[in-house]
Amino acid sequence: MKVLDFTVRSNEQLNYQNNLIKVTPADNGTLPEMSPGQFVQILVNNSGNVFLRRPISINLVDKEKNEMWLLVQRVGEGTRKICETPAGETLNIIFPLGNSFSIPQEEGKFLLVGGGVGAAPMLFLGKKLREKGFSPDFLLGGRSQRDILQLSDFEALGTVYCTTEDGSLGEKGFVTHHSVLQKSRYDFIYTCGPKPMMVAVAKYAHSNKTGCEVSLENLMACGFGACLCCIEKTTRGNLCSCTDGPVFNINELTWID
Amino acid sequence: MDRLKVNIGSLELQNPVTTASGTFGYGTEYADFIDLNRLGGIFVKGTTLEPRQGNDYPRMAETPSGMLNSVGLQNKGVNYFAEHIYPKIKDYNTRIIVNVSGSTVEDYVKCSERIADLDKVPAIELNISCPNIREGGMAFGTSCQSAANVTRAVRKVYRKTLIVKLSPNVTDIAGIARAVEDEGADSVSLVNTFLGMAVDAETRKPKLSTVTGGLSGPCIKPIALRMVWQVYNAVKIPIIGMGGISNAADAIEFMLAGSTAIQIGTYNFIDPAISMKVVDGITGYMDRHNIKSVSEIIGKLEV
Repeated sequence: MKVLDFTVRSNEQLNYQNNLIKVTPADNGTLPEMSPGQFVQILVNNSGNVFLRRPISINLVDKEKNEMWLLVQRVGEGTRKICETPAGETLNIIFPLGNSFSIPQEEGKFLLVGGGVGAAPMLFLGKKLREKGFSPDFLLGGRSQRDILQLSDFEALGTVYCTTEDGSLGEKGFVTHHSVLQKSRYDFIYTCGPKPMMVAVAKYAHSNKTGCEVSLENLMACGFGACLCCIEKTTRGNLCSCTDGPVFNINELTWID
Repeated sequence: MDRLKVNIGSLELQNPVTTASGTFGYGTEYADFIDLNRLGGIFVKGTTLEPRQGNDYPRMAETPSGMLNSVGLQNKGVNYFAEHIYPKIKDYNTRIIVNVSGSTVEDYVKCSERIADLDKVPAIELNISCPNIREGGMAFGTSCQSAANVTRAVRKVYRKTLIVKLSPNVTDIAGIARAVEDEGADSVSLVNTFLGMAVDAETRKPKLSTVTGGLSGPCIKPIALRMVWQVYNAVKIPIIGMGGISNAADAIEFMLAGSTAIQIGTYNFIDPAISMKVVDGITGYMDRHNIKSVSEIIGKLEV
């Protein structure tokens, strides 16, 4: 973990509420090894009110360009300020934080389920699985077509299935309604997105006796295990989702009765 | 670097910059960011006799220039601390001070006795001001009588430096400070968090599982500073000041208002290296103002 200034290389508005911000270390140092599932804490500049950093998961690491991709959803003033940072400006970032998804050692059928901006770490994970020689499937869900982000990036890594609540892209409904879940059996499922979606995915995985990891987005202050605010109830007691997570195996959680 | 030394009773700190309990874990959480040996002291996470799971999620809500928390003293208990954490931190070249909390006077006494056995812990901070536990905690710190009772009971069994952490949720903080001074406290630290609340207008629900929580951060600084000044004018024992300190100027302000040392709390979350910047900033201030020893500025507010 360290605190570092990053230069914004590019800042692209992907849709009505999400920006893809690509950053590189301001001191031109090489990015350290980072793993899918890990996140960063971004300092919010130029805000009188916003106080805490904003936790953002790592969307991708481009080693050749020495760039880290951050997919940011404009939720409130903090994330809006971050999204207003133009190319050439600096973002102060604590990184890399948290644990990461487990990477399988043997070939299998893997499904990566992302909901809205929660799909962000799935791109990094998909790339890692690809590098291991695996062919992951992706299942992306959103309210509408415009909420499905980075579709071509995902398609470059594997087969992509989509659901939208209004039916504007892929099958109509929630991710757990997608027909691929009836047709195919997976060896392992990874998911990140809104909690109701993750709970539904976890229940599907559990009932099919499929291993499953979820990446939590609990509210946090510090991001490195000091404030004890982002706790999740687990079989091992209250754990910090920033240091013991954000990735948890569903067997550790209390989501399934 | 003798010019930065300050004394809390008989306890010498290498500099006045310490970190506040509940914001700094056991120090090791920050080892990637700073050299812990350069701190004046570390007030470690609130410790209780028995393990505590703390309160339910959500425990945090951001507020303008601050945050509310209702962690509720999650910790593994004093025996776990003594057996598993203390050995990892005892050899840092800084003062390790344990924040002791409880639900009954007996809890405080037993917990303090266990901590007294630890050679490399030269002081305890008696937390009679936690707003986030259902029994005890702040209840001890909001009347002179109960503050005096718990201080007296712990003073009997604890011979090292006894610091009492005061609650700002009182009508007369100077009166509480005098009460614990009279019972033999070596120092008072202030302030703990302000009882506050945050509401989500859309859902009509409180943002914290406990409804209310403790407010901290730069938004509380002016009130904390006022309370330090009031207490400074009421007691003779040294004060450890805190409340929204986020840079060296803030730390100097607290010292001018009467603090012998200061604690940095919530701002550690924003900048985990802030404590080192404050140490350096104090040195810079002393150079600029031709100050030989930092203790020269304690209480030197010109009114």
